[in-house]
Amino acid sequence: MTGAAHPWDSTAESLLRELAPQVLGAIARRFRDFASAEDATQEALLAAFRQWPRDGVPENPRGWLIQVAARRMADMARSEISRRERETALAGDEEPATGPPELEADMDPEDTLILLFMCCHPALSASSAIALTLRAVGGLTTAEIANAFLVPEATMAQRISRAKQSIRTSGALFRAPSVQERRERLPAVLRVLYLIFNEGYASSVGAELQRLDVAREAIRLTRSARALLPEDGEVAGLLALMLLTDARRAARTDEVGELIPLDLQDRALWDKAEIAEGTELLTFALSRGAVGLYALQAAIAAVHDEAARAEDTDWPQILALYELLRSAAPSPMVTLNHAIAVAMVHGPAEGLARLAPLDNDERLAGHYRLAAVRAHLLEKLGEFDKAVELYRVAAAGTTSIPERNYLIGHASQLEERQRAPER
Amino acid sequence: MKYILMMNTMRAGAGVPSWPKSDLQAHIAFMRQLNVDLRDSGELVTAEGLSFPEQARQVSAGKDGVPVTDGVFPESKEFLAGFWIVDVDSPERAYAIAARVSGAPGPGGAPLNMPVEVRPVMSAPPPEMV
Repeated sequence: MTGAAHPWDSTAESLLRELAPQVLGAIARRFRDFASAEDATQEALLAAFRQWPRDGVPENPRGWLIQVAARRMADMARSEISRRERETALAGDEEPATGPPELEADMDPEDTLILLFMCCHPALSASSAIALTLRAVGGLTTAEIANAFLVPEATMAQRISRAKQSIRTSGALFRAPSVQERRERLPAVLRVLYLIFNEGYASSVGAELQRLDVAREAIRLTRSARALLPEDGEVAGLLALMLLTDARRAARTDEVGELIPLDLQDRALWDKAEIAEGTELLTFALSRGAVGLYALQAAIAAVHDEAARAEDTDWPQILALYELLRSAAPSPMVTLNHAIAVAMVHGPAEGLARLAPLDNDERLAGHYRLAAVRAHLLEKLGEFDKAVELYRVAAAGTTSIPERNYLIGHASQLEERQRAPER
Repeated sequence: MKYILMMNTMRAGAGVPSWPKSDLQAHIAFMRQLNVDLRDSGELVTAEGLSFPEQARQVSAGKDGVPVTDGVFPESKEFLAGFWIVDVDSPERAYAIAARVSGAPGPGGAPLNMPVEVRPVMSAPPPEMV
């Protein structure tokens, strides 16, 4: 038995998650079977989660995990071992003894990058890519991911296993992406990281403390992508966007979980360290020539974040950034946000005029957000009756409970204020 | 995105208790296979079948919150026979699953074409982003 060098603590847990893609990389390259290697790595992680808290962290944690995973690969290869026996073996303790030492030394910093490109393969649906990335690159367990997305573990396990099947069918090989592949497929990788962040940020409302912090995991994964591609402006832009958004998390809801809109948030609660880091990354991203879509969105978030009070917000600058975004990547959502910026700079009537064409856009006509923004601008114009009506239309259309509560509450406040004007 | 699929039978029970055994077995096998498929596709959150209307009670709060129970009147309305919660990538996928539920076999193996109500399960809001 190898001696345990360190006690189990949160640092050890982070270490375990960071080692996961390295272990998977070594096993996948050695055995040339990504899907099985991924299962074996997960089993090694589970073994570590069982044993390390009790026995302490082994002196060579990476070697320990590789040995356990490699043995699992050998087990799986031996077809005469029934599944049942494997499970029995799993329940016992792992004894790291002899392992191929060349495997332990076999470490390639590119592995994590290869894995990211693999897990964000275009053949996968967004939900499968998200789940697989969190497990294979993030080193999370199936149970943790299932819990974070509030689905049963068996369902999540199937989602991951199907994702790997799709990758296998697509014929993708475990090798470093070429310069061209990198360029072509990086947007898909960044999109998956962005979606993970969105999922996590959305589910952080309601302070469900028992759940995994998915937004933090997205930030961690994007940090490792940034470490691997330090010269890339869009990776920096995406990380900046996440940090500048996450910085407002504590101010975003009140103590009972009700949403607080940006202009009413207590800005003292914003995380200054995250804002500083995000701003620095943004400066780097903007210096890289062609400014990408994440960097542009990060720039908008930064303008909000640097205003000490809502009324200090530099709206002309935000408007200019939305104009850039609108020409770089036109979409109805961008038009909607652009209209808000127009209203803040040129008045609500101007903003409302910009919304009119959206009624003919089938992607947004009838969307609750259009109603909510229109209600907001009508309120600013003093057209309270119409505003109340549209706030209620928006409330009926959202699929978010905190947002629905906010819209209903705001509408009735507005209505009451009209009924009982100031004496 | 999570959706609930609520399977309603017209006029509760719709004569299920008097179905021939083989028809009932075919119906159960159909539902069982559906659940296996949904689990295998990584989409099933939960699925439950509900008791016949005979066991259902309408409950309201009486004086001091004491429960007042009454039977339900199954003849007068559609009755919820079972539900699924699925986690899918698009509303269209939820509708496709609902259509499969609706076409479950009834007497003589003919599709029942039951109405299935599909509604989004509420979630948390997205961040204030583009």
